[in-house]
Amino acid sequence: MSVLTPSTIDEVLAHLAERPEALLLSGGTDVMVEINMAHRKAPAEVVALRRVEQLRLWRHNPSSEGTGGTVTIGSGLPYAEMEHGPLAELFPALAEAARTVGSPQIRAAGTLGGNLGTCSPAGDGLPVLFALDAIVHLRSIGGQRDVPVADFMVGVKQNVLEPGELVTGVTMPIRHGWQGYSKVGVRNAMVIATASACLAMDRDRGAVTLALGAVGTTIIRCRDAEGWLAGELDLSAEPLDISDAVAQEFGRRAAADARPIDDHRSTAAYRGHAVGVLSSRLLRRAAA
Amino acid sequence: MTQEPIGSPEIYRLQVNGESHDVQDAWLGESLLYVLRERLGLPGSKGACEQGECGSCTVLLDGAAVCACLVMAASATDADIVTVEGLAPDAALTDVQAAFLDEGAVQCGFCTPGLIVAVHHLLEHNPEPSTLETREALSGNICRCTGYGRIFAAVDAVVASRADQAAR
Repeated sequence: MSVLTPSTIDEVLAHLAERPEALLLSGGTDVMVEINMAHRKAPAEVVALRRVEQLRLWRHNPSSEGTGGTVTIGSGLPYAEMEHGPLAELFPALAEAARTVGSPQIRAAGTLGGNLGTCSPAGDGLPVLFALDAIVHLRSIGGQRDVPVADFMVGVKQNVLEPGELVTGVTMPIRHGWQGYSKVGVRNAMVIATASACLAMDRDRGAVTLALGAVGTTIIRCRDAEGWLAGELDLSAEPLDISDAVAQEFGRRAAADARPIDDHRSTAAYRGHAVGVLSSRLLRRAAA
Repeated sequence: MTQEPIGSPEIYRLQVNGESHDVQDAWLGESLLYVLRERLGLPGSKGACEQGECGSCTVLLDGAAVCACLVMAASATDADIVTVEGLAPDAALTDVQAAFLDEGAVQCGFCTPGLIVAVHHLLEHNPEPSTLETREALSGNICRCTGYGRIFAAVDAVVASRADQAAR
């Protein structure tokens, strides 16, 4: 076994070019559990990203068209940095999702890059990335490519990352309008999602986006519910007027898009019900 | 540019509590918690769940409070690591430790080192936390004996005594 601790992205890529099968270690909060519990054979080669400061940065990219522009978040920025401060103001849904990741100790270590690398449907950051149509930035020694997150995640713990590639960050648009994240688990703190949902209004486009977690092999975007709501209401209006009937129908359509399964954490029936309730509640919060 | 892999020979160096420690003949997949306890003779950090849920192994890694069980030790070679043993020199008690004793915030004691580190970290960044902020900051440290009341009382006592000293 070997453990490399490069300090720049270029060094990481050079190591990966020589060892394309090496395990990339970000915050370690998934990998080390598997190693400690002997659920994972120890990787022969590890490239640890802890020292790569470039991956822990974020920046605002202003737009020339007068819109809010975009924000690029490094794959190594810990969730703790998204809970409060300027990033939380730009992306309230990301702040809410970050706040539900594990404990403060986990949030000081865990990263969006880790969520994307692991690609668990229960990863709390992922529904936010799907709802905000995030672009995932990948680099290898051969070049770089940008992949919409919906094309990046292709199954349970499966993504399109090629050997030798590194997730350097994600870029998301700054939207006008309410956004939030909700999840249910067996208790209130430090819990892996049984079902989760992220809703984001886009007042400039008169649109809404809704993404569901832990109820399918990937995060699920609810195109039917999104399109239906935009046809029912003027979503550029402020404040929104959401009737109980509309909120319920929105939740019903969201639940119909879910593809939950029975597993050790919950049942398909409960997950389907819960994700509908979460979606209705998020819409009510958007109008409150 | 490509550095030599650590691994043959399997020796790496950690900076713990201001001292440099060589870790020899260790399997490189070991957690920082294991290395601290079993290789460096620092058993203050406790191992309970080993999956980041209980907080008994909380240490400071470059100033961040993290679970030592989820840090691959060989990846932390350049980090500044502080364990509960390193909070006060020469086995003296810190004010937080003294307050835990005074307030009876310890029963079985297994969670105590992690809580002590977490409280130091909290008060360093937020000297006068609200009740909610204290609860939030300690939410990753599970205590099954005390019901937390005495622990929160100890935090309040430290806040009051530090404020008192600062006012003098």
